[in-house]
Amino acid sequence: MYSFDFERPTTLDDAVKALGQDEAQALGGGQTLIPSLKQRLAMPSKLVSLAAIEELKGVTAEGGVLTVGGGTTHGTVAAEASAYPALAALASNIGDPAVRNRGTVGGSLANNDPAACYPAAALASGATIVTNTREIAADDYFQGMFTTALDEGEIITAVKFPIPEKAAYIKFEQPASRFALVGVFVAKYSDGVKVAVTGASEEGVFRWTEAEEKLSADFSAGAVEGLSLPAEGMMSDLHGSGAYRAHLIGVLTKRAVAAAG
Amino acid sequence: MTKVTMTVNGKTVAKEVRGNMLMTEFLRDELHLTGTHVGCDTSQCGACVIHVNGQDVKACTMFAGEAEGAEVATIEGMANADGSLNTIQQAFQDYHGLQCGFCTPGMVMTAAALLRDNPKPSETEIRDYLEGNICRCTGYHNIVKAIMAASGQDVSAIAAE
Repeated sequence: MYSFDFERPTTLDDAVKALGQDEAQALGGGQTLIPSLKQRLAMPSKLVSLAAIEELKGVTAEGGVLTVGGGTTHGTVAAEASAYPALAALASNIGDPAVRNRGTVGGSLANNDPAACYPAAALASGATIVTNTREIAADDYFQGMFTTALDEGEIITAVKFPIPEKAAYIKFEQPASRFALVGVFVAKYSDGVKVAVTGASEEGVFRWTEAEEKLSADFSAGAVEGLSLPAEGMMSDLHGSGAYRAHLIGVLTKRAVAAAG
Repeated sequence: MTKVTMTVNGKTVAKEVRGNMLMTEFLRDELHLTGTHVGCDTSQCGACVIHVNGQDVKACTMFAGEAEGAEVATIEGMANADGSLNTIQQAFQDYHGLQCGFCTPGMVMTAAALLRDNPKPSETEIRDYLEGNICRCTGYHNIVKAIMAASGQDVSAIAAE
């Protein structure tokens, strides 16, 4: 690792101030950032840990919306998001238990790894990303692989997930990394169905609108039978070709609809 | 440099450390607690699992500065007060839950976290919880047996293959 200073503010205001310094970088749970630092893929002057800021933590359900603090760990979401079971299940399958005790929702969304699980949940739920300065709709937030609408030094304080009538997330796991080779989140709301796909596209998480239209008319696995996405634009690596990933999207969408019931 | 103060196995420690010092380095190099092993250093293998405020975490993927004010427990703090092996450690010995022993500190710390939250786990739950702990010797069967035994359950039902 390159050398850097370390700061651990206890209030959001102090964190915003610390992140205002040149080349300062926020540290959530560090489960992606620390490995990146070890590989010298990042060279911050200062790391600002958000883990001591209590106001960023917690899970609450009110008025049909589940609000998760940006600094809430996957383990806590798994244990406390019972109002949105598909989201709790997603959290309980990220990485392994020790990783889930450190990694945070805000960290995952800020990083926007193209194979991360939370972006699919946020997009399929039509979630709102709340930051220290504004609220961003999920549809505007994800802007391609590792790219988001966040400005320099902007901190995700919470994520608001509208709770669907039915939902499920099915992940085809890459067994070594436990990231999604492909993951599909299906969420049914009174005004329609949303389908978000992670792990597949070179553009990162995306909505499969054709499947959404079919499923909004008929919420059954049969409704998306025969529907497929082209292999172009899908990630291709030693774990799976673009064509394989495109195929998995169809399979996992059907499984997710069946699991949502 | 950053000043960190934390409790490690019940003792308060305070040190000036580099901002980029990992918990594995802090424990091993600063405190000379070398029971926490560094296997992969990439958060995959689990040989470095410790408890921070009661939660199992991978010490290779956490900075010392992040443990400011925390209660940290390592394998060195697991034995009984008289120095004898605790229930989990004894079960690992009784059921031969190790061969080379490199992964064992992490296995014991992970098992302790599991049994605290789930005192009578099923075989499936044990295997699932050990997802982030890799052992290249045993094939896991004896580790699973040891954890079953440590939780006071019958191990004879576990397949021997």
